[in-house]
Amino acid sequence: MIPEIGQFALILALGLALIQATIPLLGALWSREDLTAIARPAATGQFVFVMAAFIVLCHAFLNDDFSVLYVATNSNSALPTPYKIAAVWGAHEGSLLLWILILSAWTLAVTVGSRGLPHEFAARVLGVLGIVSVGMLLFTLLTSNPFERFFPAALEGNDLNPLLQDPGLVMHPPILYAGYVGLAVPFAFAVAALLTGKLSQDWARWTRPWTTASWMFLTVGIALGSWWAYYELGWGGWWFWDPVENASFMPWLAGTALIHSLAVTERRGIFKSWTLLLAIAAFSLSLLGTFLVRSGILVSVHAFASDPERGLFILLLLGAITGGSLTLYAFRARYLTVEGGFRLVSRESFLLMNNILLVVATAAVLFGTLYPLFLDALGMGKISVGPPYFNAVFLIPMLPLAVLVGMGMHTTWLRMSGEPLSKRLLFPAGIALTIGIIFPFILFGQASALTLVGVVTALWVIASSLLEPAKRLFQKNRSPMPLTRGQWGMYLAHMGVGVFILGATVTSSYTIETDSRAVPGDRWQVGEYELYFRDIRRIEGVNYEATEGEFEVWEGDQLVTILRPQKRVYRVQTSPMTEAAIDVGWGRDLFIALGDPLGDGAWSLRVQIKPLIRFIWLGALIMAFGGLLAIMDPRYRVKRTQEKDAISKQSLETA
Amino acid sequence: MMWRYLIPISVFLVLSAFFVKGLSLNPRYVPSPLLGKPAPEFELPRLKDPNLSLGSVDLEGQVSLLNVWATWCVGCRQEHGFLVELSQENNVPIYGLNWKDDRNTALDWLSTLGDPYIGSAFDELGEVAIDWGVYGAPETFLLASDGTVLYKHIAPLTRDIWTSEFLPRIISECGSIPCPIANN
Repeated sequence: MIPEIGQFALILALGLALIQATIPLLGALWSREDLTAIARPAATGQFVFVMAAFIVLCHAFLNDDFSVLYVATNSNSALPTPYKIAAVWGAHEGSLLLWILILSAWTLAVTVGSRGLPHEFAARVLGVLGIVSVGMLLFTLLTSNPFERFFPAALEGNDLNPLLQDPGLVMHPPILYAGYVGLAVPFAFAVAALLTGKLSQDWARWTRPWTTASWMFLTVGIALGSWWAYYELGWGGWWFWDPVENASFMPWLAGTALIHSLAVTERRGIFKSWTLLLAIAAFSLSLLGTFLVRSGILVSVHAFASDPERGLFILLLLGAITGGSLTLYAFRARYLTVEGGFRLVSRESFLLMNNILLVVATAAVLFGTLYPLFLDALGMGKISVGPPYFNAVFLIPMLPLAVLVGMGMHTTWLRMSGEPLSKRLLFPAGIALTIGIIFPFILFGQASALTLVGVVTALWVIASSLLEPAKRLFQKNRSPMPLTRGQWGMYLAHMGVGVFILGATVTSSYTIETDSRAVPGDRWQVGEYELYFRDIRRIEGVNYEATEGEFEVWEGDQLVTILRPQKRVYRVQTSPMTEAAIDVGWGRDLFIALGDPLGDGAWSLRVQIKPLIRFIWLGALIMAFGGLLAIMDPRYRVKRTQEKDAISKQSLETA
Repeated sequence: MMWRYLIPISVFLVLSAFFVKGLSLNPRYVPSPLLGKPAPEFELPRLKDPNLSLGSVDLEGQVSLLNVWATWCVGCRQEHGFLVELSQENNVPIYGLNWKDDRNTALDWLSTLGDPYIGSAFDELGEVAIDWGVYGAPETFLLASDGTVLYKHIAPLTRDIWTSEFLPRIISECGSIPCPIANN
């Protein structure tokens, strides 16, 4: 009976979403406050019912209700409780429900955060979010009902895919989806502006924190996914250019471009139609990702069980949402253009270059991802595009971008003469070149040209990001203007980019990989460490059996750590899993994976020393933290006093 | 209306046309021109010992699998556990074609993850793979004892696909599992 309540709650949510998607938009069109006022209660109610449905599904998982098909296929009574929760979003139906829950949570946040905005504008934003919600709810109810019954009920469940039984994967989807789906908010703001036909600089100020917030989640989500791939897939890579990874990376690139063009629109009132287009593109790429992952149109390891019917539905949804908004854009965008110039050396032109390069990178990734589909559809054969294409094509726009980042931060709006810029940047450039060229040789003994370029670029970005903050910290009397939180956020986020580049370059250049054959009692040297194979034994896990090796890691006379890599066999889905043991360090990771028994008590082992690999994820976290600081800038707090309506109405009209 | 504002929607419509077409295509289905025909002859150094060779001659005489794999291929990592399982069932000999790979990395992979192959041919430049019409890894060919290509599967091999696509073809080819070894 309880699962049916979940389904019923979803149907009620759909009803409320239909109201939210129509009446407030009509109310805004006819200027009827009684109609626009429905937006907030409808959105709140929708959240309550979607939440109820989600709780019901969690309840079914926690109570091992194998009469629900989705539970029976993705859980098992022996599954540890945290993984039962993670199994809720472990496959297509449940992850779609999570998608909808997060969308309604963002919508709820907008109902609260938009109280200071003009009434009609807020109603349009909520109406557009309602339309997205209607589409996704219909998708769930018509093609992917998580509450479908299974009769007669299964005695035992088929268990969660062992690859997903991992702490990293418990958090990865909710955070990644928060980023994906959060892009619906700037999208709704953009469509609302197109519907209004006016776009003020206030609009950009309202949109910025929402964009940055979803970008922040997306950054952390992608980093978590990469971290998981690193330790769980068991062979030490951290990014594979798989279509599903690309699906999350393209909205990130477009979102990054959007954050920067919003800054220009807010400060200078230009790039308006471009900003709107990016807002539409970023969310459309999220939807496109959903389409690619769930339609089975591309071959991918991560892809959900594919189904052409689902593919068709989500394609229709993409057509309605993206096609609709782009059509609106085609008719309305020209009213928003503003003549306004700027000089070559100004912040505007650097941000313009930033946008061009990021869009080129997005297009390159999109093209590579879809290329197999293009050729196939044109009957020109089947091919797969691998990392060599992406690595090469991605580096071309990204390298100049990284160089420009260091300069762009120190430019000012409107105009600036060239000389002070070059003078100010002499110091970080000097540091980057000296340290970047000398240190790889000192620390690692050798360096290729590409490695040096990577390290110098990384240090250049870090040093130029730290320039202004360092001035504030060390020469207080000479710097008149304190930095705003927005500026702190910007410098920090850019420093994160540098840290990431440093980690990626050093890891890919200086990883030491060895494979050995060893019996318990063996000692051998890897890099600067001595390994001692102490023991190997069988252990019993909750829902798996494992062989666990025990290794002492010595550096000289110092015991660094004891590592225990495992080979697991899960009881239900009997595929063997390699659980690598990793000694984590800022300077390097020491990674041991247990191979196969080679007879006579010998085992094959893979040992890797990966310098600075933590910097890859640290960089992403710093970027996200920079975003957090920027959101907390008091400038974005919409006034809630009574003058609010007067001010905002006025600004909308004057725009 | 200014034409440039129509560019985004036009690009989107072109993309959508591809998506509509793509939905009716199956990226995993590749009609191999080799189906029902003799597989191309090949002879390559073995992965484990470059001095020994592995070729069509070794595969003939019984129904066998030829699995195209590489260490850079994520799908291969995914299907590997199943291949190891399959090799332990001893129903069909599995041969590997290690494609555009690095010899040491490939050897590491086998020692770490287990070696399901009776032998792997080392196709460093991908020349044999071109003859065989390989377009991406992993791919698995089912070969009759006379070397005819009976079936080709693209994408990771799973127990389901094994049971639904491979087993019936093997049984109809030789009437039993495991196949009797032909005497030629």
